[in-house]
Amino acid sequence: MSEYVVEMIDIVKEFPGVRALKGVQLKLRPGKVHTLMGENGAGKSTLMKCLIGIQPATSGKIIVNGREVHYKNVIEAMADGISMIHQELSPVSERSVAENLWLGREPKKGFLVDHKKMYADSEELFKKLNLNLDPREKMGNLTVAQMQMVEIAKAVSYDSKVVIMDEPTSSLTEGEVEHLFKIIADLKAKNVAIVYISHKMEEIFQISDDITVFRDGEYVGTDLAENLNTDKLIQMMVGRSVDAMFPKVDCPIGDVIMKVDGLCSGRQVKNVSFELRRGEILGFAGLVGAGRTETFETIFGMRPKTGGHVYKDGQELSCKSPEDAIKNKIGMLTEDRRGNGIIGLLSIRDNTCIAALKDYGFPLNHKKMEEDTKFYIDMMRTKTPTTGTPIKNLSGGNQQKVLVGRWLKTNPDILIVDEPTRGIDVGAKSEIHAILTKLAGEGKAIVMISSELPEVMGMSDRIVCMYEGEVTGIVDRADFSSEKIMALAHGEK
Amino acid sequence: MNAKQKQFISQNGIWGVLIVLVILVTILTGGKFIKPANIETLFTNESIKGIMAFGVMMAILSKGIDLNPGSLAALVAVIGASMCTMNETTASIIQNGGKPMPAIVAIVICLALGCISGAIFGSIIAFTKMPAFIATLGAQLMCRAASKIITTAPVSNLSDGFRFLGKAKVGPIPMIVIVFIVMYIISAILLTQTRWGKSVYAVGGNDQAARVAGINVEKTLILVYVWCSFCAALGGILLAGRTGSADPSTYGLNYELDAIAAATVGGTSHTGGVCRISGVLAGILILGVVNNGLVMLGVNDNYTNIIKGLIIIVSVALDMRKNTKKV
Repeated sequence: MSEYVVEMIDIVKEFPGVRALKGVQLKLRPGKVHTLMGENGAGKSTLMKCLIGIQPATSGKIIVNGREVHYKNVIEAMADGISMIHQELSPVSERSVAENLWLGREPKKGFLVDHKKMYADSEELFKKLNLNLDPREKMGNLTVAQMQMVEIAKAVSYDSKVVIMDEPTSSLTEGEVEHLFKIIADLKAKNVAIVYISHKMEEIFQISDDITVFRDGEYVGTDLAENLNTDKLIQMMVGRSVDAMFPKVDCPIGDVIMKVDGLCSGRQVKNVSFELRRGEILGFAGLVGAGRTETFETIFGMRPKTGGHVYKDGQELSCKSPEDAIKNKIGMLTEDRRGNGIIGLLSIRDNTCIAALKDYGFPLNHKKMEEDTKFYIDMMRTKTPTTGTPIKNLSGGNQQKVLVGRWLKTNPDILIVDEPTRGIDVGAKSEIHAILTKLAGEGKAIVMISSELPEVMGMSDRIVCMYEGEVTGIVDRADFSSEKIMALAHGEK
Repeated sequence: MNAKQKQFISQNGIWGVLIVLVILVTILTGGKFIKPANIETLFTNESIKGIMAFGVMMAILSKGIDLNPGSLAALVAVIGASMCTMNETTASIIQNGGKPMPAIVAIVICLALGCISGAIFGSIIAFTKMPAFIATLGAQLMCRAASKIITTAPVSNLSDGFRFLGKAKVGPIPMIVIVFIVMYIISAILLTQTRWGKSVYAVGGNDQAARVAGINVEKTLILVYVWCSFCAALGGILLAGRTGSADPSTYGLNYELDAIAAATVGGTSHTGGVCRISGVLAGILILGVVNNGLVMLGVNDNYTNIIKGLIIIVSVALDMRKNTKKV
């Protein structure tokens, strides 16, 4: 018996016109956390989809428990004890937690579903994993973190030997991440092999045993985590060293461009006040649910304002819709890229120009649209075959670059970016940071909401900390410290 | 085969299907199908449903649907006919002191009525977020009933002015076909050359994202249904004009289904955000050739419908595969 529970050898995956994987390998040891790293589009997720049969490999060998396998779908992989927790969860929101957990394999009494057993089994499972969840709760009421826990519980209930986690922490708070890591440790103790896909360096070194790096569909190397460090990893990933992760350049700070006074919106935003200046990058730190996104959704006209005032250049603003906000030269790169960012079926060109259609007149100047799109593709170094490619065919990082281009096209005075680099590879991340810095240098005001502390500290001139809908403190760059900001973000003034 | 050629085939393959179909029907009818007189009949027959398809196409593109065109056409036909009838005994509520109204006034009123109806139901769909299927199903029942309330018997003996669009000929070409072609051009311009057209694609593709990008989603949707109803009203005028009368219970019956079928066969995706006007034109012609060809071959109406049903299902199945293949 081999020491590996899964061996993938010389895997090639071809899509029409693209060779996504060019003969890569991966070997998983039982009871270890194996992290996959690489820029977006490097082939990590594709490799995992090959393993579990969502997109069977074009060629290559997959050996599970010493037996060569060719899974054609997820069910076959699950039967062999391989489960995947996807980055984007797709729960049946209107049904209970237990019903989601046992979906398609409900315990039965004759023809009927045995609800009693289903709930009892769920409770037992949650207890075993130390999860504080009510199986009768409606799935839609759970937080993202809790839904993830349900997915993990599901994997455990299948008696999985391999659990693949695709960026599990991308939308979790610090506390939730700790809980997840405890569960991962429990799984390791049960001799489960974990495949962990993430872009967050600290995390990776905290929990990984092995690390494999991919680049542009090629295998770069595998090593023990203890033999590596951040610099080495980045170098492996990009094939060059990224000099400055946060290329913050001090820009001259100008006049106040926006003043927010006592802003309220329902229970999410309570009496928020701050000032924003030209040339400034104003960071917003806080836990998930602190009301940062909601504050700016209110300013941007996406949710109703229930109190307070917003002034821009001394004039009171009242944006009833994003349309109003854009007219007032405010742009907002939203957090939920798939939900309200990209328009998947439309081309890169349409996605770039959609917020600035009035610039193209009637009949629409298609030539100018094409030129502008090319301009932003070059500027952002977006990787795409053509300007007519549907945006859904691009990787997450490249989609985000197109969206940044969309907002730059509207030429805003104030650009709000909400988690601009979540789930994006290192290269794209530093490019987006560079663009934001450049915009600040041109006298625009930038608001940056980020849950990643190094990012928000690295990029901002000042940081506004929020907790449960209220501002708990505003910290100047000179006084930045992780402890101080984390304390404010946890509501300790 | 490179990506560009593949894209070309996937977008224009439907024209290949049409050509094959035309050749097949021509051979089966021994060349009778391709005679100018028959081609004229085909176009004349399909024009009204085709115009409705240009409207319904927009609704489907916006991820909605419109079940109302057939009934709205009947309502408009009845109202228009009542205003322009030469026969005082069948003239009903709407009348100009016993005399027919000038045709141009009647036509403008008819089109305006269509637009108002579209604005009402479009507003309901846009502001209540009600599924368009339900709102337009209600509209369909109401419009059909309203036309029967206005008159129980068919209104006949219409003035020549009112019949101009539906009946006249310019040289050898029927006016109705010219209207169809003009509507095709207008639809193409609306779809590809205006901000509204782009907005409809965006709203159909992802309404949340469209809103964040500054598009007024409600206004866009209301205009979709105004356009849709405008097309239906025009269809009603043509229908009454062509036959010289207006029957509230049979006029436009199930036309919306043929219009939806044509838009769908033409590659307009019911998941929203995908539509090509040339595809819709091909869809209209494919169904037209099937209708016309099978009649010429003496095939029973029921078998014709079975074949049409198959065409719709197969074309959508292919379309779904195309749009879901890439993960």
